[in-house]
Amino acid sequence: MTVATVFKAVGLLAILAFPALGFSDYVLHIAISILLWGYIYTGWSVMGRFGLVSLGHGAFMGIGAYVVTMLWNHAGITPWIGIPVAVIVSMAVGFMIGFPCFRFRITGHYFALVTLALSEVVRLLIVALRDYTGGSLGVTPVSVISADNPSSFLAMQFSDKVSWFYIVVAVWVIGLLIWRAVDRSMIRYAMEAVSQEEDAAASVGVHVTRTKLIVTMISAAMTAVGGAIYGQYQLYINPETTSGIAISLQIVFAAIAGGMFVQLGPTVGAVITLLLTETLRQTVGHDVHGLDVMIYGAMLVLFIIYMPRGVVGRLIDAFERRSETPGTPGQARPQPGE
Amino acid sequence: MLELKNVSAGYGTFQALFDVSLEVRAGEAVAVIGPNGAGKTSLLRVISKVIDLNGGQISMEGVALNDVPAHRIIELGIAHVPEHRRLFPRLTVEENLKMGGFIADARAHFEERLAYVYELFPRMKERRHQLAGTMSGGEQQMCAIGRGLMSGPKLLLLDEPSAGLAPVIVQQVFDLVRRIRQEGYTVLIVEQNIQQVLKVVDRAYLLEVGQIKMSGSSQELLENDDVRRAYIGL
Repeated sequence: MTVATVFKAVGLLAILAFPALGFSDYVLHIAISILLWGYIYTGWSVMGRFGLVSLGHGAFMGIGAYVVTMLWNHAGITPWIGIPVAVIVSMAVGFMIGFPCFRFRITGHYFALVTLALSEVVRLLIVALRDYTGGSLGVTPVSVISADNPSSFLAMQFSDKVSWFYIVVAVWVIGLLIWRAVDRSMIRYAMEAVSQEEDAAASVGVHVTRTKLIVTMISAAMTAVGGAIYGQYQLYINPETTSGIAISLQIVFAAIAGGMFVQLGPTVGAVITLLLTETLRQTVGHDVHGLDVMIYGAMLVLFIIYMPRGVVGRLIDAFERRSETPGTPGQARPQPGE
Repeated sequence: MLELKNVSAGYGTFQALFDVSLEVRAGEAVAVIGPNGAGKTSLLRVISKVIDLNGGQISMEGVALNDVPAHRIIELGIAHVPEHRRLFPRLTVEENLKMGGFIADARAHFEERLAYVYELFPRMKERRHQLAGTMSGGEQQMCAIGRGLMSGPKLLLLDEPSAGLAPVIVQQVFDLVRRIRQEGYTVLIVEQNIQQVLKVVDRAYLLEVGQIKMSGSSQELLENDDVRRAYIGL
């Protein structure tokens, strides 16, 4: 336990010291992206690990990004208020989609399909409301920063990458803490019971619908914050990059590739997928247009087939199998929802 | 203790139970026997409200269950040990037992009840870190009953505890049921293994195509010619 604490402290210090090493803005951008997406993937896995596979988290990301930007651009409301509003909106949407599904026992693939539709609905809504949202061309939060005035706390706009790096580290750490809080609560047992035997779970006193809703709303809220931060960091959002099927599937693939049953799994998923896309884009992407995306897709398929519990899950398995002594079977670890 | 009056229930447009009335008194062990598809499992599922009532009344110690949702049934002292055990296969034995004591009232008694279940079923203590899904059928049944006991119930609903088990194990399972009785629990058990179950219970109801066809003491049913011919093969 103490060893783990030391590891965590050293790891966090290393991350905090990272900007001081004088990397280029490009490297910092990659690091920020990894942490931000790692946070979003962590948010997804809060529900995904219990068999609530959402193919629609782009919806919550889109809500986060657009609610905050719309409030700022059209009403001059600071993102500091906009983000809580976006959280509430995303939780309400999570409730609206979750309640009927859970009440009428839409589970597994059917639930995934409903959520898939949700993400498209949100994307199309953003496009349709083009008078306000800029439609598919996207929109830029009205900028208040300039060369003389490089950052504005009120507008949550910062021109230097280092500030963003620390903001994103904070968000990411909070995400990991939420993940752990859920992991250590009775909700986790209740959700594992629900995902394995729903009726039996109800019979031992688990309020199935409510428990699923709590997890869904936590996950939706986390993802909305991620979307909002993404918009503030990029200072440009469009429906394709914040919502819709592409982003939703990216979230699912990365979380699964990293390992959704382990706290750091989704973050590792972000490291793998982002480094992979960046490398492929720079090496083969220029020569043969589209080849990078093809290789990326093929690798993800292989990941999911051969490492269904993700890279981190696989490593932990291997480690535990080696350290296991006869007579003390390894601790229970759930498999992806069947 | 438990009373059903003219209960009808089913799945969608399919009706599984017609006008079923039965009663379980405190301290009794009662069986509902009948062939496959008679509605035995549906009967227990409607008592624990996993399926909805279409008509009639159910009450537990005078409290009407009609509007009580599934997850509150256990708070009234009814624990359901479902058909095919329905353990949480990827939780350990101890975690399964922990889930049995999930409700707020039960959490305070977790340690003492865990000790009680382990004393009752020492095998479960040996296997407490094993994944429930990896145990044998008989052990899983033990675990399922143990999970049922963790909430400190007054009434235990047992759904075909012998189903899918080897003949030797079936005998052990009925011994388990006998032990549960001796511990003072009121038991409502549903079984196809009629000859065996009638040896463990006080009274029984015969359920056929969703209707109660006969009821009486287990002795009466054992000696009834129709029952013997149709179900025991003598």
